[in-house]
Formats: sequence, structure tokens, C-alpha cells
Amino acid sequence: MSAPMSTSPIREGMRGFLSRTNPFGRAKRGSLSSSKGDDVAERTIVSDSERRRPGTRFGMSLTHVFLFVTLVIAGLGPILWLAKSAVTPTQDTLQQPFALWPNGMDWANLSTAWNDIHIDQYFWNTIVIALGAWITQLFIATTAGYALSVLRPKYAPVLGALVLATLFIPGIVLLVPLYLTIVNPPLLGDVSLLNNYLAVWLPMGANAFNILLVKRFFDNLPREVFEAARTDGAGPFRLFWSIVLPMSKPILGVVSVFAIIAAWKDYLWPMLVLPDPAVQPLSVRLPAVQSQTELDVFLAALAIATLIPIAMFLVFQSVFLRSAGLGGAVKG
Amino acid sequence: MTATLPERPAPAAAPPPDAPPARRKTSRSPLTWYRGGGLANLLFVLPMVFVFLFFSWSPIVQSVVMSLQKTNMIVSEWVGFDNYVAVMTDPELGRAVINTLYFAVLALLFGFPLPLFVAVLMSEVRRGKGLYSALAYLPVVIPPVVAVLLWKFFYSADPSGVFNTVLGWVGIPPQPWLSSAVQAMPALVLEATWAAAGGSIIIYLAALLSVPPELYDAAEVDGASIWRKVWHVTLPQLRGILFIMLILQVIATAQVFLEPFLFTGGGPAGATRTILLYIYDKAFRNSLGGDYGEATAVSVLLAIVLAILSWLYFKLTNRWSTQ
Repeated sequence: MSAPMSTSPIREGMRGFLSRTNPFGRAKRGSLSSSKGDDVAERTIVSDSERRRPGTRFGMSLTHVFLFVTLVIAGLGPILWLAKSAVTPTQDTLQQPFALWPNGMDWANLSTAWNDIHIDQYFWNTIVIALGAWITQLFIATTAGYALSVLRPKYAPVLGALVLATLFIPGIVLLVPLYLTIVNPPLLGDVSLLNNYLAVWLPMGANAFNILLVKRFFDNLPREVFEAARTDGAGPFRLFWSIVLPMSKPILGVVSVFAIIAAWKDYLWPMLVLPDPAVQPLSVRLPAVQSQTELDVFLAALAIATLIPIAMFLVFQSVFLRSAGLGGAVKG
Repeated sequence: MTATLPERPAPAAAPPPDAPPARRKTSRSPLTWYRGGGLANLLFVLPMVFVFLFFSWSPIVQSVVMSLQKTNMIVSEWVGFDNYVAVMTDPELGRAVINTLYFAVLALLFGFPLPLFVAVLMSEVRRGKGLYSALAYLPVVIPPVVAVLLWKFFYSADPSGVFNTVLGWVGIPPQPWLSSAVQAMPALVLEATWAAAGGSIIIYLAALLSVPPELYDAAEVDGASIWRKVWHVTLPQLRGILFIMLILQVIATAQVFLEPFLFTGGGPAGATRTILLYIYDKAFRNSLGGDYGEATAVSVLLAIVLAILSWLYFKLTNRWSTQ
């Protein structure tokens, strides 16, 4: 079968998530589904006739300008400032923080940061951590979602409830016992998982929110297709790999964004379980190297650390924005 | 959609360590169990059970156990509620709770109305909404550690510091920012608000689209002005999502760690030491091994409060989405 959502590469499929009517019948999330395009004129608070009134029109223009200026300053301002300061000598940044290169640019900051304070290595560590967390979370969330939604063994409701219950337990309560689990893992004898990336990847896999998200998506897939595949002799593994997963690209995109961003952002946990600087990610290393690094080089390091998340956001903008809506309202 | 979720959540209590799923086959022969797909089911369930067992369920139980024990990592002895009594009577924890509440209140004052206000304005813009959403969301994308370290530089108390330069343009004298016990907490909240507002704006924008247009039409027939429409139609229609966002924000601010830890380390003079910093100090500050009992006791207390809030949140989202 051809899944209607997977016509073109991943990006197109993910862009459609939540914005389009679900091809399998029901509209998902009515609240978001009307945002088909940015420029579709829908009825909002101010009516068309009010917009034609001169006073209102002036007010609307003012609103427009105010919004634009505020959002550019608050949203883009710090990033642009960081980009500028990354290639500015320390003294200029300290004395005239808003002057544009009064004494020329200093491109060497970037290479100094990259090579001399080993940002290259921490950058690589961050990528390895994010990729591992991504694979772990996708694997756990899809297998679990498939078991709970499609296979439905008799014990599925019990497991589902146990997983769901962890949503109510804030991560903080796990901090100390989880740390001790990593220091001295059960069943492994004297091995410690400290400084091992598994210590970051595996706990991130225990993410009830992802499982819930994937399970609910699977719940909405058409059962007739599964029945047809079973009649044609597809076993549970084939059904999972060749039918369910290809139909679920949109939700896999959302889980991917969540997983990679969460891994890139994480600070406290990797700091605790990766005490060796050689394996630490950027988020942990940056505060640690600050005191021994010259300001301009440090700002260059901050700029480098921001690069990938910003690039990901620009490429997958719509997935980010739509999963932001999901993050707040788990009501899909 | 929610109707497809058959199981009711267990109330906020910690779940039992594990219910071994494989015991189901008792009354049937292994062969029928296998033929019925029992093995495949088990294989698909196994990864989840493995990670949850070791990294979620058993740490939760352990947390409760440890809070009732004194341990030096070799021997643990039961001490009943001694840890709880010790932390409850610790004035430092009282201070941390007050600091956290102060952070939460400030975050509500700054951070709660602002995204709503911006979202209402943005929803009225006819062109370039995508650009505005992207701009508003950009700060959320910056890694939090980078954002905090950058803002720490912005907050330089020096007259030529970034924010002090801006203040200088409008004739305000330089401020001490983070080095002042009075200004440190508002400064932290300001950064946190900036970092989180984008996400809320996106959520409110989606919620605004779900306000039925007929209500505005009806209000106009009754002669309502723009502001009256905002007050009498928009806000009442959003009250569900507003309450949800309120709970989410309280849950998030109660666990604030990164900002105080990296900006001020809890200072100056303990003015920004939050509950999480208190827990962190108890458990991990001393490299020889922390007071895990007292640290987990505080965690459990905090978790109980937050679990009630999360449960409320879940109830509400479920109810509203099935309506």
C-alpha cells in the first residue's frame, strides 16, 4: 500500500503532521488543523469591517510594527549579537558591546575555540549522545507503542498504566537513585556505567510521553490494513517493519525532534554521570571551561554550540512549531 | 482520540516495581502460547520493560526506600522518618522553598501574561505569521546552557556591560544585576521567561484558532468593541488552556535548576538557592558521598506536590479533549 503521507522525503511528511486532515479519516487536533497556511484569512478578533476603519487600521499598523520590532530584538537580537561577538576581539566586546567591529574582525576566535579548547571533541561527543538518545527513544517508543496499541497482549493495560503513571512522577525524584543505579548497575557486578554513554541513552529511553504519543498515533491507524496484511501471511515483525512504521513517519519525526533536542539541551544528568571531561558534551563543558578561556574565544564556542540546533530549526521549522504545540497540550 | 486510551491511570502513587508480564501463560501450554504470538508480544514489550524497570520504576521505589534510610553506601539502616524531620526543620530548606516560590511568582507575573499578549497580537496579523512564529520560537531553540552563559555576560555589572549600555541609552544608571541579592532573582526570571515564552506563544496561537468565529460575529451584532471581544469572548474561551499552562508552568518552575546553578550558584548570600539546588548540594556537592537519605526525602516531598499537579493537569487535558 502507499501511505498517503509518505509521498516525498521525510521533511514533507513531517511538515504535514497535525496540519493536515488525517488521511485515515478523522481530523486530528481540530485546534491546529485550521492553520493550513500562514496567509489563509481566518476570522479573528478584529473583523474585516473594523479593519477598514481608519482608527483601527492605524492601530493595526502600530501593532504590526511593535510586534516586528519586539520579536526581532528578543528573538533574533541575542543570536545576531552572539554571531557578531564570536568574531570580535575581547576588548571591543567589553568596551563597546554594540559597536560593529571598531577594530576589525577576529576570525581566529572560531578556530581557536574549535582546536585549542577542544570544542571539536565536545561537539562530536554531543552528536554521539544525541544520535544514541535518538535511536534509543525511537526504538523503545515504537516497539512499546506497537505492543500496546496493535499487538495488545493481555497484560498490555497493566503495562500501559505503569508507564503512564511515571508521567506523574517528576524526574527529580529519580535523580539520586538513578545516579546510584548508574554507579553500581544491578546484574552487572562491579562494572560502573559512569562515563559510559549508555548512562545517558538508556534512562532517556524510559520516556512515557513518547510512548503515549506513538501509541495514540498507532491507535488511529486503520485496523483493516493490519488485518489484510495478516491474511496475506505477515507476521508481527513484518507488520511492524513494513506496514506500521512506514505509515507513521509523521509521529516518528516528532519523536525524533523531541529526542535530539532534549539530548542536546540536557545538562544536569550528563554532568553527573559523565565526570570525565573527555566524554562530556558541549552543554557540560562550556560552563566548565569558561573561567580558563578568553572571552572572545568563549563567545565563539557558544556560537558554535548554537549552530546545529538553529540549523535544525530552520530546516524542520514546521515540525518544531507543531511539536511545540504538542508539548504543551498532550490531548491529541 | 483520547477515547482510544482504555486504561485509567493509577492515582499518583508510585507504581509497584514490576508486574512480570510473562506469567500469563500459566493455564495454557507453551505451544499455544507461542502460536498465539506470545513470544513476539514479549519481544516487543521487552525493551520498554527493561528500561522502565531499571531506569524508572525501581528508582522510584528506591527513592522512597532511601528517604527512610541512612546510608554510607556500604551499610544502610532504617531510620523511619528521621530524614524527613531533619529536612523539614532545616531553615535552609525553608529558605530554598521560599526562593523557589518567589521564582515561581515572579515567573507568573512576567512570564504568564506576556506570551498570551504576544499571541493575541500575532493572531491578528494577516501576513508573515510564519515569520513571526519562527522569530518568537528562536530563543527556545538556543541550548539553555548557551543562553544562560550568554545572558550572564549580558548581565555584567560593568557600566559597559550589554544591558547596562542599553539602560545608559535611556539614562538609567548601571545596575548590579546578578551580584545584588535583590536583583538576582528577577534577573534569573527574566532570562527564563525569554527562553520559554516562544513555546507558550505557539500553544496560545493554536488555541486562539480554535475559538469559534461565530462568537465574535455574535459579539459584534451586540455592538462589542475590540477590547470587549478580547475580554468577553477570547479570554473565556481560552480559560482551559490558560489553566493548563498555569499548572505546567508551576510544575516547571518548581524544578528550576539550570538558571540559579549557572547564573549565581545559589548566591548572592543564598538569595537564589532553589529546592533543586538544595537537593543537588545535599546529594552531590560533597565528592566523598552525599547525604542521600535527606536528599531523597526532599525529592519525595517535592514529587508528591508535583504529582498532584500533574494528575490534575492530566485530568483536565483529558476532559477538555473529549468534550
